[in-house]
Amino acid sequence: MAERVGFFTDTSICIGCKACEVACKEWNDVPDDGFVFRATSYDNTGALGASTWRHVAFVEQDGRWLMMSDVCKHCTHAACLDVCPTGALFRTEFDTVVVQSDVCNGCGYCVPACPYGVIDRRQDDGRAWKCTLCYDRLRGGMEPACAKACPTKSIQFGPLDELRERAEARVERLHAEGVTEARLYGESPDNGVGGTGAFFLLLDEPETYGLPPDPVVTTRDLPAMWRWAGGAALALAAGVAACFVRTRT
Amino acid sequence: MPRRRDEMVPDAEFRSYYGQPVVKRPIWHEPHMPAYLYLGGLSGAAGAMAAAARLTGRDRLELAARMAAFAGAGAGTVFLVAELGRPMRFLNMLRVFKFTSPMSVGSWTLAAHSGLTGIAVGSAVTGLLPLAGGTASVASGLSGVAMATYTAVLLADTAVPAWHEGRRELPFLFSGSALASAGAALMLTTPRAQAAPARAAAAAGAMAEIVAGGLLERRLGLVGEPYRRGRAGRLMRASRVLTLGGGLLATVAGRSRALTALSGLAITAGALCTRFGVLEAGRASAEDPRYTVVPQRERVDAGRPASVPGR
Ligand code: SF4
Ligand code: SF4
Repeated sequence: MAERVGFFTDTSICIGCKACEVACKEWNDVPDDGFVFRATSYDNTGALGASTWRHVAFVEQDGRWLMMSDVCKHCTHAACLDVCPTGALFRTEFDTVVVQSDVCNGCGYCVPACPYGVIDRRQDDGRAWKCTLCYDRLRGGMEPACAKACPTKSIQFGPLDELRERAEARVERLHAEGVTEARLYGESPDNGVGGTGAFFLLLDEPETYGLPPDPVVTTRDLPAMWRWAGGAALALAAGVAACFVRTRT
Repeated sequence: MPRRRDEMVPDAEFRSYYGQPVVKRPIWHEPHMPAYLYLGGLSGAAGAMAAAARLTGRDRLELAARMAAFAGAGAGTVFLVAELGRPMRFLNMLRVFKFTSPMSVGSWTLAAHSGLTGIAVGSAVTGLLPLAGGTASVASGLSGVAMATYTAVLLADTAVPAWHEGRRELPFLFSGSALASAGAALMLTTPRAQAAPARAAAAAGAMAEIVAGGLLERRLGLVGEPYRRGRAGRLMRASRVLTLGGGLLATVAGRSRALTALSGLAITAGALCTRFGVLEAGRASAEDPRYTVVPQRERVDAGRPASVPGR
């Protein structure tokens, strides 16, 4: 297996130019996601979805703009991958999470399973789509299209360990410069999804950017769920038996 | 799992990205998904009742239960396939078996249960292979209890707050509702002399459904709100009234045809309302970022964020 690679997205230098969104669409041939004017911000794509694999959020705050290019987190423990009944979602040799569109049968289970609300089913072809971390480019030894296109190097691609070190250093520098609100999001292997393959430097709480503050892979509780269901199954069997015993003539 | 605080979180300032959802809402359709959940439950509990009827020698009740179990599984499969779009997509799921995917486990459970109930009915109708038919009838008791409860795990194993946090109560809500549904169907289709267990099942299942539903809404605190508000709230309340009325009626219906019919219809309508209500509550809880963000924020602020799975 190759080294685990991923994204470090440093939102403190994002200028909201959307070059990443466009480059992703062009390289991956992602269709139009409908051009909506939301009347809330300059954000016209709104959220990650089947046809938006990079999404630039625009947060308007008192005296400043926060911009953040969001993407699939390529979780260490990926709920989407766990729950997929067909095996369409798989983990690549780069430790990223990819959907094989020819295997996906559009059951839609991965969609509500993702704790970050990333993956979605496309209306017209009925299949699930999301960022592949440009699997085809990685195999060809290239970096993902979004990182390549980003003019400010807000999106950095590389081996995850290296990115983590770079990110720590960047946070320290920002703190030294007085930007005390700078923090990393998703980089810790101890978090609820075992760390993400795409992590971020944020300048405010995650929820400000539409990110969950403390996501958990939904399948963490699955053994307990099967136990509760087993209990309910036993109760059902006992209930049925009781109905027959009580009414025995 | 730490206990959630009982009092409702006030309409506190919570931050979100222009009020947009954090998690994606389930894309499953109406009436396909709730109808499948209802029919699966009906079929599963009817399978269990067929087994019990066989073991206690109630042949007419067993025949009715075999029929109901088969009809429920068959109609349920039709709704499931309609949800997926094409039959091939259901077969596609049987290429793999994954314990981490309740949908994979469920597809196999449905396939096994349909097969067993099919054999049981086929044998009953044609009179052929009675031994195989009887064995299948008893075995459908096992596949049935799995069938009636796995759907709760299917919903709970998502990031949808109202479902994920309801992972303890949902299986009991669904199995209670399944027992009531099967009881309702069987007391309508069995000669009255043998229908006593069906009436008991209708009444007992209805009570279990109401108790589990009440616990669900209460224990979840803030995240239980979607079960009480809006369309989901109306459906859950209608379900409670219909189920309670139908259940009580089942205990006094005795041999009155009219009362039995009324009770059976009320319970069936109540069970359907439960499924539509649970689907709707899930949607509502995914659409409002409050239900995702607030509990997670509280966890972080209290200094006990989620840790790596398996630790
Ligand atoms: S962010 Fe969602 S879609 Fe991406 S790997 Fe994690 S669970 Fe899957
Ligand atoms: S929609 Fe496709 S990728 Fe998602 S869980 Fe179903 S089969 Fe897997």
